[in-house]
Amino acid sequence: MKNIGNLKEFATTPDRFQGGHRLCPGCAHSIIVREVVNATEDDIVVSTATGCLEVCSSIYPYTSWDVSWLHIGFENAAAGISGAEAMYKALKRKGKLPVDKPAKFLAFGGDGGTYDIGFQSLSGAAERGHDFMYVCLDNEGYMNTGGQRSSATPVGAHTTTSPRGRISYGEKNWKKDLTMIMSHHGCPYVATAVPSKWKDLATKAAKGFDTEGPVFLNTLSPCTTEWKFDPADTIMISDLAVDSCVFPLYEIENGTKLTITYRPKNKIPVRDYLGAQGRFSHLFKKGNEHLIDAWQKHTDEYWEYLQRREEAGV
Amino acid sequence: MAEKYELKTKEVWDGNTAASHALRQAQVDVVAAYPITPSTPIVQNYSSYLADGYVDGEFVMVESEHSAMSACVGASAAGGRVATATSSQGYALMVEVLYQASGMRLPIVMTVVNRALASPLNIHGDHGDLYLGRDAGWIHLIANNPQEAYDMTLCAFKIAEDEDVRLPVTTNQDGFLVSHTAQIVEPLDDETAYKFVGDYKQKNPMLDFDHPVTYGAQTEEEWHFEHKARQHKALMDSPKVIEKVFAEFKELTGREYKLVESHNMEDAEVAIVAMGSNYETAKIAADEARKAGIKAGVVCPRSFRPFPIKEMAETLKNVKAIAALDRNCPMGTIGALHNEVAGAINAFGQNAIITGYIYGLGGRDTTVAHNLEVFKDLAMNAEAGKRVTPLQKFINLRGPELSFFKVGE
Repeated sequence: MKNIGNLKEFATTPDRFQGGHRLCPGCAHSIIVREVVNATEDDIVVSTATGCLEVCSSIYPYTSWDVSWLHIGFENAAAGISGAEAMYKALKRKGKLPVDKPAKFLAFGGDGGTYDIGFQSLSGAAERGHDFMYVCLDNEGYMNTGGQRSSATPVGAHTTTSPRGRISYGEKNWKKDLTMIMSHHGCPYVATAVPSKWKDLATKAAKGFDTEGPVFLNTLSPCTTEWKFDPADTIMISDLAVDSCVFPLYEIENGTKLTITYRPKNKIPVRDYLGAQGRFSHLFKKGNEHLIDAWQKHTDEYWEYLQRREEAGV
Repeated sequence: MAEKYELKTKEVWDGNTAASHALRQAQVDVVAAYPITPSTPIVQNYSSYLADGYVDGEFVMVESEHSAMSACVGASAAGGRVATATSSQGYALMVEVLYQASGMRLPIVMTVVNRALASPLNIHGDHGDLYLGRDAGWIHLIANNPQEAYDMTLCAFKIAEDEDVRLPVTTNQDGFLVSHTAQIVEPLDDETAYKFVGDYKQKNPMLDFDHPVTYGAQTEEEWHFEHKARQHKALMDSPKVIEKVFAEFKELTGREYKLVESHNMEDAEVAIVAMGSNYETAKIAADEARKAGIKAGVVCPRSFRPFPIKEMAETLKNVKAIAALDRNCPMGTIGALHNEVAGAINAFGQNAIITGYIYGLGGRDTTVAHNLEVFKDLAMNAEAGKRVTPLQKFINLRGPELSFFKVGE
């Protein structure tokens, strides 16, 4: 397992995901991707679902990827990487690849390509026990196509298909709890992470690379364009998400041992997180206050639940 | 190392068994597949080979056909020999990824056991799936009996993986009529079969870590057209390799295959063009028709894509009347095979009278007698020197007679 070390050391790791891509200024995707791919020194093959990361990093005749990279479609990043991993195993067994040089298999998908359309393929690849890590870049909507809701969009969020209106407060459903769902697939390791807690993220990625079997990393990727915040504030928004416990950082080993990896010293109110983003601005209007209360309650209950699991060692 | 499977010089195999043994002998590195009638036995046979040590590749039993083809793409891009099998709805679910596989020029081999598409649900044979993938950028080879299912599968690897082709290939066989009908098949022994197929030659493999590659890039209006045109050119150029592989296969086995197969065409005045098991039936009907004084022949394109336009026209150059038999419902036009054949003869200035017949949907029987009726229609057209039968007729369809473009309408 790669020792992540200090920021200076980590930042000087040769980039496998190069600059010059076309992601928005302030996009968290590239931060997360670099933190993940630089968390191993082994060779890697990367598969990426259709989405912001894919369209911005592979426009012919350019590529941002200094590793072997595959994009098939929106819903099959996990199936694609499972095929590549199967070929690696087959060729190794047949003596057509060096046995002493390990390679890692990694897939990226947005929340649309992971929670929704790619869920079946992810579920199948995880159940089959392929040795790969799937990293979800969760920006809580279909941002590549202009900000439509997905099953990762949280309650009250304004999106272009769950818009706020005269009689609507935006998205009606709570976000799907995909991290837990993946844990219940029997994945030996699942974790949540955010780009601002770089060491936590890179350590989890390193641990994921080191784990044999399917690993799921769910990363919150604040979207400057559709969440409506200043591109300079990506890291701040990411910190607000974890300091308010809206997006708690934890890991689960073998589906049975949950560990909280970050505890805010001063837990801030959820309204501070919501208030920093334009997509929630209507919640602060008269008549919608109950939604902020509901958010706080929901967040507190979930945080309590995680702590109870951790204390019980389950 | 995979165990050798002792085969007799003559085996009694159905089409599925024949295709399974060809996959085994090609020592495929990764098979990713999902079961569906009538191709399920291929997946089951492959599982048994694995369980008994007759194959030493990876078998990925995925959760859907969409993932089957996606895993095939990932495996093929990684750099090794890849194959799968499917039918009907499974093929339909794969269609998106079929285009992606061919667009990335990945030499995947897929046995398609042709079956009708729902609705209404039907597990029996027709060419609905084959026609669905017509423009997907794959080479589509046709096998009309279990021997051909075996032979075409071995040839498919060699064609797909050829340096000048690098395209995915389907080998098609009729559901049940070929896939579940046992006949004598003469297989090659394992060593000879593998030697014919040859070692897999990697091209830009993802697993060559010293030379990272990007697969599945995005091209918009400035490059997409050039990419698709080059892919089309690869298909248009592929007959040279297909013929080369067929020639090598003939050298090895004595069995001869051509881009366009024909029966009794030397002096034929009328001809049926058909793909699949009905080619066999129509051959018997042609022999019968000759006893009744009709100079009948039968033609089958061995490859549906690339369509052998010139060879088709050449084979049909002396006939007066042609019937193209489509085992697919064209839903609002004349059959696709009819249109291909009509286009081919027209392109070379030939003016045979051509009519279309829809037959065999959902496994409906099409017998020698039915084919004889078609030859009688053709004889009438040939004698009249003009089309006197409807442009489109239906064979063995119950209910009131259905046809389109009757003469005079």
